[in-house]
Amino acid sequence: MIKSSLARVFFALLKRDLLLAFRHRSELFNPLLFFVLVVTLFPLGTGADTKLLQAIAPGIIWVAALLAAMLSLDTIFRSDFEDGSLELLLLNPHPTSILVLAKVLAHWLITGLPLMIIAPLLALFLGMDQELIGLLVVTLFLGTPVLSLIGAVAIALTVGLKRGGILLSLLVLPFYVPVLIFATNAIEMAMSGLPVTAQLWILGSFLLLAITLTPWPTAAALKLSLS
Amino acid sequence: MMKFIHKTASPPYFYQLSGRWIPWLAGITVLLLLAGLYGGLIVAPTDYQQGESYRIIFIHVPAAWMSLFVYIAMAVAGAIGLIWRIKLAESVAVCSAPIGAGFTLLALITGSMWGKPMWGAWWVWDARLTSELLLLFLYFGVMSLYAAIADKRVASRAVALLALVGVVNIPVIHYSVEWWNTLHQGPTIAKFDKPSIDLRMLIPLLIMATAFKFYYVWALLLRVRVELLERERNTQWVKLLLKQLKG
Amino acid sequence: MSEFFHMGGYALYVWLSYAVAAVILIANIVIPKLQHKRMLKTLTKKMLRAEQLK
Repeated sequence: MIKSSLARVFFALLKRDLLLAFRHRSELFNPLLFFVLVVTLFPLGTGADTKLLQAIAPGIIWVAALLAAMLSLDTIFRSDFEDGSLELLLLNPHPTSILVLAKVLAHWLITGLPLMIIAPLLALFLGMDQELIGLLVVTLFLGTPVLSLIGAVAIALTVGLKRGGILLSLLVLPFYVPVLIFATNAIEMAMSGLPVTAQLWILGSFLLLAITLTPWPTAAALKLSLS
Repeated sequence: MMKFIHKTASPPYFYQLSGRWIPWLAGITVLLLLAGLYGGLIVAPTDYQQGESYRIIFIHVPAAWMSLFVYIAMAVAGAIGLIWRIKLAESVAVCSAPIGAGFTLLALITGSMWGKPMWGAWWVWDARLTSELLLLFLYFGVMSLYAAIADKRVASRAVALLALVGVVNIPVIHYSVEWWNTLHQGPTIAKFDKPSIDLRMLIPLLIMATAFKFYYVWALLLRVRVELLERERNTQWVKLLLKQLKG
Repeated sequence: MSEFFHMGGYALYVWLSYAVAAVILIANIVIPKLQHKRMLKTLTKKMLRAEQLK
């Protein structure tokens, strides 16, 4: 038996997931399209008053990003669960929690990163100040991985269910609240010219906490769902 | 010690024992509730700022305390169930959720009843009301997860995991909501924190809080007994019990 | 006495709160009691049916 190191398994898994995503382009583009659509609907619903849009732009972009991230969660484990490769993952001698981290990282690269790239364009649509766009991207960079990491726990709990959709949103959304609050708050504070380092540090600490704490419950939940 | 715990926690023994406890718990709860209501509605003086409307706190505050207490109890029971595989603890965790949701709902409704005359609106995005609302969603998540998974042993372990993740997050959610609230300059009326509360108000409040604790144990045992019967339906002790009831 | 029920003009809010509390608290006692009864009934029925089949 060839023994492969943890790092090699980690990167092999990452590469496999990325490759699979690039072969199924829809997985890549659907959350992005959803994100753009939701943001486009808002001016149509509230009226194109520039001041109003400017004021609520961070909220709109973040809520839309949050929903897009939530809708794409299913792809982390669903197809692996259906074709049985998830069981092989759990049989792997390396700690499941770290392998889970590889899958979540892949998921973020597929869904979170594109959101981050397209967000500046949408921010311009909504008339946000150009100086604030950089900050928006930073909050997305710190915040969206947290969404994927927390979402992984919930999707691991519901992956065995046929209809997990609404249940998943019920499980996940309350946990997304702190990220939403601090991310939008940072941008709003910056709008009125106040310092935002505190909010960014808090978002960063959420990210570190999520990276260190969520893989365990995710791994445990996967074991439960496959039992 | 562990032997004692395992004996008490074994479903047949616990089923019998809890049956004997329930009348006592019911009695204590009702007595305490009556005492608390008498103290709160009749003895306690009128508040000089809020008038009589403050009397809602005698149910609102204990309900809000219990909404958190039950969630923590649920997470602790879930952890015990996960670590030591004690069936009873799993049932306790699962059965706590609807009771906790009830307390949370009660805290929300009474909070809004109190808010209408004080703030002039049924709902205000006040920090405490908002975190209570999120707590209600957490309870609903636990309950629907349990309902969605067909195998109840797996379901109760999934619930225990979710409750544990939730209990770590509750302080984070609470403090971020508080931060959000103070920065958006919502209603600045501090809710119930007066520098010194009249003893004639404090005592009924504490009696009501104790009554709610006993009530929780009472309602919990009632639910746990049903849960135990359902899970152990094919075991010998349930069959013996049914035969006893029949004959 | 009527003053007590009037609650200084806040009667609606105070009594509605207490009524909601009563409904929720009683429901959480009555529902499991009914479930318990139903559970015992169905389990007994099942047992009797199983005995007849033997």
